[in-house]
Amino acid sequence: MANLDDLYREIILDHYRTPRNRGELSSPPAIRTEGFNPLCGDELVIYLDIQDDVLVDIKLSGHGCSISQASSSMMSAAVKGKTIDEVRAAIERFKQLMTVHETTLDGNGEAPVADLRTMGELAALQGVVKFPVRIKCATLAWNTLSQGLDDYGVQGTGSK
Amino acid sequence: MSSYNPRRVRVDTPLLERVINGRPITYLDSASSTLPPRPVIEAMARYYELRHANVHRGVYQTAVEATDVYEGARAATARFINAPQGMDEVVFTKNTTESFNLLAKSWGAANLKAGDVVLVTEMEHHANIVPWFQLRDQTGIEVRFVPVSDDFRLDVSDLDRLLDGVKLFSFTAASNVLGTRNPVKELTRIAHDHGALVALDAAQSVGHQPTDVVDLDVDFFCFSAHKMLGPTGLGVFWTRAAILESMPPFLGGGGMIADVRRDGYVPADGPTRFEAGTPPIAETAGLTAAIRYLEGLGLANIARHEDELTGDALKRLANEFDGRVRVIGPADTVDRGGVLSLDVDGVHPHDVAQVLDQFGVCVRPGHHCAKPLMRRFNLAATARASFGPYSLTSDTDVLLEALGSAVTMFA
Ligand SMILES: Cc1ncc(COP(=O)(O)O)c(C=O)c1O
Repeated sequence: MANLDDLYREIILDHYRTPRNRGELSSPPAIRTEGFNPLCGDELVIYLDIQDDVLVDIKLSGHGCSISQASSSMMSAAVKGKTIDEVRAAIERFKQLMTVHETTLDGNGEAPVADLRTMGELAALQGVVKFPVRIKCATLAWNTLSQGLDDYGVQGTGSK
Repeated sequence: MSSYNPRRVRVDTPLLERVINGRPITYLDSASSTLPPRPVIEAMARYYELRHANVHRGVYQTAVEATDVYEGARAATARFINAPQGMDEVVFTKNTTESFNLLAKSWGAANLKAGDVVLVTEMEHHANIVPWFQLRDQTGIEVRFVPVSDDFRLDVSDLDRLLDGVKLFSFTAASNVLGTRNPVKELTRIAHDHGALVALDAAQSVGHQPTDVVDLDVDFFCFSAHKMLGPTGLGVFWTRAAILESMPPFLGGGGMIADVRRDGYVPADGPTRFEAGTPPIAETAGLTAAIRYLEGLGLANIARHEDELTGDALKRLANEFDGRVRVIGPADTVDRGGVLSLDVDGVHPHDVAQVLDQFGVCVRPGHHCAKPLMRRFNLAATARASFGPYSLTSDTDVLLEALGSAVTMFA
């Protein structure tokens, strides 16, 4: 049985109660991108200030459940000040963390473990995969960020 | 005479024996779908075990029996809603949603032209909104809304003006979000005075109160079997025989034709014109059993019981939690059904439902397919608890216990 404490870790509740990087940036010049979770009506607006290949600032507005709010808050803290390549890499890592692998879906075998050491606070969201209907809540912010970068054709340098 | 004891219904309902997260299930999601009692499940099993065959035109014994099951359900449904011309007025669909699509795409497309108005209300389910928008986008009709006032009732102060030019007033008997029961007879009389026909969304009423389409005097009537203790996959569309005969076919294919040649087809008469393809048959056996079961309980008894449960729950919700739990809907049981949409201060409905699940409590978070209504009250979602004929005050006890936990957790 999935335990509620796996989902609502203290650090998640902390981000929910005191979300980081709330607010807006004037757009343009900032990139403004919206994400929706049609299932639960969550709405998220992300503002990105990108200069010289670096995500200088990020702000979030909108509303959602504790998981989507905490995930977006943690994301903003994780990607702020990072290069676009680093942001893209973080998006990929997070998506991997949230993937419910077929091996676990059909009830035998363990999911491959994402490398949690590189994820910092974000690793607290790992418990979400035990509650599959909530995965969309956790990924909303990341998908919206990814969409925003794509829509504006923001490319990293590709160098590692 | 009917005898009704909700504890007896509970015993009859196998799903209520389940244990969820170590607790007996507390099912409070009957507005989404009701739980079928054993007679309904057994009727469908018996159908498959003994009689299954495709319906119509069968000559062999079981095919005749299967057809009798199907047409028997039509007759039972006609009696259940008091269809004046009986079973010739009852069309089987997939659900309420398909019934409204049939109404819009057959009757609507044939009878409405650019500039004609369909009046709906701000508290409609998307099933009674989107098909009209689709028709609007095709033909240029106007879709108009009766607003909902701050007391969660229809604001009819301007109804006469809103009804100007209206060909059809299509509204819900009871809101699946607010619980509000609308004054169907009165609204119907006013609409008819303005020359409009009336369609009723009875999805939230048929399993919870007596139904009589003659007494209501409506012109179209739509509902789903799965919200009245019956199975999923089966809905009903009713209209007067005279209107039904004038309606063009909806889906095309087998079963709905009188003749097909290389140059065209002639549609069948009566309800079968709207029932293309092999219909749900076992489900109709389930519907007949559900009707019998509900009639055995007595729908007026169910209504009284659900009223009592709702009154008790409203009182307790108002008194506990220091006002942190708000009910989005009328505060007393006058003209109100057993649907309690909860807004918990500081806790998102998704989180409320997640914590409640830990107690085995089934409620539904979300917009309940009524986004215009949610917008009206500036809500993205609510956590909705709703009662059925098997609900007891002990369900409310567990709901309150679990809500207390949710409130504490996110405090
Ligand atoms: C008022 C109302 N109308 C229509 C529907 C749609 O019913 P179905 O999903 O069975 O088509 C519902 C069900 O949620 C409802 O509550």
